[in-house]
Amino acid sequence: MSDETVPLLEVRNLVKHYREASGARVRALDDVSLTVRRGEVVGIVGESGCGKTTLGRTIMRLVEPTSGEIRVDGVDFASLSGAKLKAARRRVQMVFQDPFGSLNPRHKVGVIIAEPLVVHGVPGAKARVAELLDLVGLPGEAAGRYPHEFSGGQRQRIAIARALALDPALIIADEPVSALDVSIQSQIINLIGSLRARLGLSMIFISHDLSVVRHVSDRVGVMYFGKLVELAPTSALFERPRHPYTSALLASVPRPVKDVVREKRAGAGLVAAAPGEIPDPANPPPGCAYAARCPLAEPRCREAVPPLAAVETGHEAACWRSGEVAAREPITSA
Amino acid sequence: MTRLPETSPTEPILSVEGLSLDLRGTPLVEDVSFSIAPGEMLGLVGESGCGKSVTALSIMRLLPTPPIAISGGRILFEGTDLAGLPEAQMRRLRGRRMGMIFQEPMTALNPVFTIGSQIAEPLRIHEGLSERAALERAAELLARVGLPSPRTQLARYPHQLSGGQRQRVMIAMALACGPRLLVADEPTTALDVTVQAQILALVDGLRRDMGLACLLITHDLGVVAEICERVCVMYAGRIVEAGPIADALGAPRHRYTRALVETIPLSNPPGRPLPSIPGNVPPPGARPRGCAFADRCSAALDRCRAETPPWTMDGARGFACWNPA
Ligand SMILES: Nc1ncnc2c1ncn2[C@@H]1O[C@H](COP(=O)(O)OP(=O)(O)OP(=O)(O)O)[C@@H](O)[C@H]1O
Ligand SMILES: Nc1ncnc2c1ncn2[C@@H]1O[C@H](COP(=O)(O)OP(=O)(O)OP(=O)(O)O)[C@@H](O)[C@H]1O
Ligand SMILES: [Mg+2]
Ligand SMILES: [Mg+2]
Repeated sequence: MSDETVPLLEVRNLVKHYREASGARVRALDDVSLTVRRGEVVGIVGESGCGKTTLGRTIMRLVEPTSGEIRVDGVDFASLSGAKLKAARRRVQMVFQDPFGSLNPRHKVGVIIAEPLVVHGVPGAKARVAELLDLVGLPGEAAGRYPHEFSGGQRQRIAIARALALDPALIIADEPVSALDVSIQSQIINLIGSLRARLGLSMIFISHDLSVVRHVSDRVGVMYFGKLVELAPTSALFERPRHPYTSALLASVPRPVKDVVREKRAGAGLVAAAPGEIPDPANPPPGCAYAARCPLAEPRCREAVPPLAAVETGHEAACWRSGEVAAREPITSA
Repeated sequence: MTRLPETSPTEPILSVEGLSLDLRGTPLVEDVSFSIAPGEMLGLVGESGCGKSVTALSIMRLLPTPPIAISGGRILFEGTDLAGLPEAQMRRLRGRRMGMIFQEPMTALNPVFTIGSQIAEPLRIHEGLSERAALERAAELLARVGLPSPRTQLARYPHQLSGGQRQRVMIAMALACGPRLLVADEPTTALDVTVQAQILALVDGLRRDMGLACLLITHDLGVVAEICERVCVMYAGRIVEAGPIADALGAPRHRYTRALVETIPLSNPPGRPLPSIPGNVPPPGARPRGCAFADRCSAALDRCRAETPPWTMDGARGFACWNPA
């Protein structure tokens, strides 16, 4: 099933419109195209409401796309049905933000982790559960306990074990550390890194925290208002952003404590803040959605939507003036 | 008792001394002390459940009592101890001299009243302004917090605004009567990073221009380092380290502060494993004897599990650790 030349995941021209109670149409995803290669982690960042979760859920087919193609191992899910669809779905699993809400409180952890195995009729569930618990760093006796007996970080380990049960090729992790305490986040980030090394996992890692995304991803996609506005290898994106919104995001991220301490002078101001707010999704402006906040905007930006186009090998940006984007202050490692 | 040296010669506006809070006999916050001078922004950081919000609510005397009560210590605001002040006097202070902004503005805004009437109300009650004059002031305040076309906004309802706009309205309400103290509890956690930067710049500007004393509560060390002069780091209900940013975060002595600063992805090169802190934060009621961090600490001594470490000064910074870095 896995031909090495075919990308693991290929998303083409994905569109998802929601209809609100008022009748207004929300363009949650607007022509998004993206590939994930085998063994690769692609980070997705963007402000609240820009469509990150919708992207993940649509790839999982938890939400039906309005149009567009999603291919896993070269196979379009829409062309499958019945047993074939069920088998194909095993290849992609999801981990959610809220490690409590996503675990059934009335079931023991062993039952929760075994559930996908049972649904897909995989034998030997008990041994597999023990193996999975070990893999995510939990003791075997955890199988006999209930979710509420575990801390947030441990619950996220349980959710990850469940997502791994069917040996998926791709994990979609939607804000997997955002609800965790700061001192626990690094444990889970490290777990994800070690699972990746041991199992060759591919992943879409959704987060609003740029420093976390930078830490775990090979490539990063930046979303704004339902569109992918920039996609690049992680270091290129952080060092040479080519979309003004990416540049504003980088400038808004608090800098490493050491850098701040070093540079802190009495009376020094804060980092530059990008002015303005995100447009109303039911009322999108013509042209580039970022134009109203963009320091580089010129008349054509308000008229025509810039396409996502290559600016360098492997680096794409959707901006008419991508050549003039300043790098501002990328967050630098210590 | 945790004590923070005065870095500023002026009298502090707020001085919390040995504050303890209980939840039906279970200690939530123990022996917390700090002070804030006019025009100063003090950061209070710590992980979920360590007691930041209940500390803030106790200063405003907005604790849900029962079940939570002040069990010890003093809260001196411009010299008056708020800990035992009658509610009628407290209400006057809250509206005029002290303002608070919360993480989720929708909880503080009333959905059925317009923005204008909500900002104007305290101005009519406390300042005795006419309806017209109060609305005029409300529009000025909205302009002050950077809301576009303030006059139009007066007639809008909270749900018609974005999260960042609602947060600006709440700041305008907190500032309406010219307070001396602003308590901001995670004012930007629900916002996106670019909007977060706008709101923090706004609060920072107000502090400078109006000489406000600000208490900024957050779990984000990067934000505190960027915007505050001094910081108090809380762990499991106690302040474990406090002092100027350059000392307390730049070269922490307490093992918890040090571990926290080292584990955040921001401080580490991408792609490599992060240093991490094993274990979990103990909830109130399950906090161990001695230092509450001892079970997770790589440098814990036997003594750490037996006796609460005393507050120790090192220059302008203080910490409570038996085996400091
Ligand atoms: N079931 C739904 N019905 C109508 N609109 C929806 C629905 N789900 C999402 N939306 C809208 O689609 C847009 C994208 O939402 P989505 O949840 O994908 O954003 P997000 O980037 O994940 O945001 P966050 O960072 O807040 O999680 C938003 O405007 C949202 O209000
Ligand atoms: N109304 C309440 N009733 C019972 N317990 C409460 C109440 N409010 C807070 N607590 C408890 O008091 C402790 C401190 O809570 P607090 O809200 O101050 O934490 P925090 O530091 O603000 O955390 P967070 O970062 O999650 O906001 C927690 O263990 C919490 O469960
Ligand atoms: Mg989401
Ligand atoms: Mg709180």
